[in-house]
Amino acid sequence: MKRSRIFAAGIAVSMMTIALAPQAAEVERGALLTTSCFSCHSIDVTGNMPNLVGYPRDLLVSQMQAFKDDSRPGTIMNRLAKGYSDEEIDQMADYFATLQ
Amino acid sequence: MTNFSRRNFLKTVGIGGAATVTGFGCAAPGRATNANGAHVVVVGGGSGGATAAKYLKRFSPEMDVTLIEPTATYYTCYGSNWVLGGHAQMDDIAQNYDALQSRHGVNVVQDSVTEIDPARRTVKTAGGDTMTYDRLILSPGIDFRYDAIPGITAADSERIPHAWKAGDQTTILRRQLEAMPDGGVFVMVAPGNPFRCPPGPYERASMVAHYFKQEKPRSKIIILDNKENFSKQGLFMEGWEQHYGDMIEWVPSSRGGQVEEIDAANLTTISDGGFTEFKADVLNYIPPQTAGAIAMQTGLAGDGFWCPVDQMTFESSIHPGIYVIGDSSVAGAMPKSGHSANNQAKVAAAAISREMAGLEPLAPSTANTCYSLITPDHAISVAAVYAYTDGAMAGVEGSGGVSPAGAPASVRQMEAIYTKGWYDGITGDIWG
Repeated sequence: MKRSRIFAAGIAVSMMTIALAPQAAEVERGALLTTSCFSCHSIDVTGNMPNLVGYPRDLLVSQMQAFKDDSRPGTIMNRLAKGYSDEEIDQMADYFATLQ
Repeated sequence: MTNFSRRNFLKTVGIGGAATVTGFGCAAPGRATNANGAHVVVVGGGSGGATAAKYLKRFSPEMDVTLIEPTATYYTCYGSNWVLGGHAQMDDIAQNYDALQSRHGVNVVQDSVTEIDPARRTVKTAGGDTMTYDRLILSPGIDFRYDAIPGITAADSERIPHAWKAGDQTTILRRQLEAMPDGGVFVMVAPGNPFRCPPGPYERASMVAHYFKQEKPRSKIIILDNKENFSKQGLFMEGWEQHYGDMIEWVPSSRGGQVEEIDAANLTTISDGGFTEFKADVLNYIPPQTAGAIAMQTGLAGDGFWCPVDQMTFESSIHPGIYVIGDSSVAGAMPKSGHSANNQAKVAAAAISREMAGLEPLAPSTANTCYSLITPDHAISVAAVYAYTDGAMAGVEGSGGVSPAGAPASVRQMEAIYTKGWYDGITGDIWG
């Protein structure tokens, strides 16, 4: 249930054209970290991967932490989430929150 | 524009010099009046190059970005094994440059680069253009070492396809498999490390087995491997046994898999000093590889086969101002994959963008994910996160790894769904 709701929330904002933050001339750490996510969670097309643009900041942090400590089951995200420190997860969530 | 001084920029675009600047929409006189318009040329429109061009424009919209790619339609290597398995068509793995040009503001030029002059910072194209660059991102993929063993040359690739660059080669191999009689033998020669797409040969064997099982169940697949082990080996072998019985035979280098010569006329491989031969009905020779030809020609690989770079930025260790990404680069623990190239492109684009803003490069973090299908409903994966550590991209301890062994069919099926999701996601990130 939880997963379905999250996925639906992603779909709701996924149909619009996405632009990165306009101050992008200064690419900061959060932006660079987050571009790794876009490889699967594209911000240009929609597919069957959850769209993370507009994803609530606190929810992104809590879900990444849940993947990291394996309290949320998954396939690949558990392996990837363990590659990021708590600070990096916060930076990624902050950056996602700037995307529209 | 701190480091891209206007004076140097005017100098490099050839004002008053001999170089002509043509081939892109915003020609030299117009660009020269734009103080923000530093010119970055990206060579190669595959997973690395197309991503780099897009992200340069995202990070620095004022930048003038030219992408030079010989083809109008690019066929991704990932997914090409699905075509060989008969459950995808070439159109399903076709990408184009429309969105890069019209939506992201990249100047896409359909041409081939024939020469790079690192000192003058120019590139020449087959179409006769000379372009100057302030920074060059080179993502030329791979080339083949057909001189590694006797008996086969590049001219044989119509009869003995490598199918390790997708496109016509994929179609040739598919047609050969279709024409092969039931009970025939498909022999694949897999290269030693390092090479493009480490799990690729084994996914290919799986997909061909999927096709044979349905259409030619008495047929056999032999993988002659120039190494002793391979990517996701346990998971592949578990899947092969589950779905294909003994149809696939893997022969490691120590047991005759180290092919020393090919008798091209007879589709026969020779190993063990001539004591072991394998006769194929369809022979798929995947040669050892090097950095793309233009990188080799420009001296970017030094005395080796791959291009050393500063892994903080992917700027060449040999020629400053040229960034080498993707399969051609030496990238620490990162495998030669489309996903790696896509991530490295963002690192290089961010480094160039920050340099233009007078900022130091950031220590990069990247990821890689490779899905492989064993059947259309059974996929396995490997993933890792990498961080710049002690001068190289290294796997982050505790992260990454492969799918669990012995997992139920539901897990394999979920990963098969995500395999398609990954394809749609990454091609959207690169070309969408």
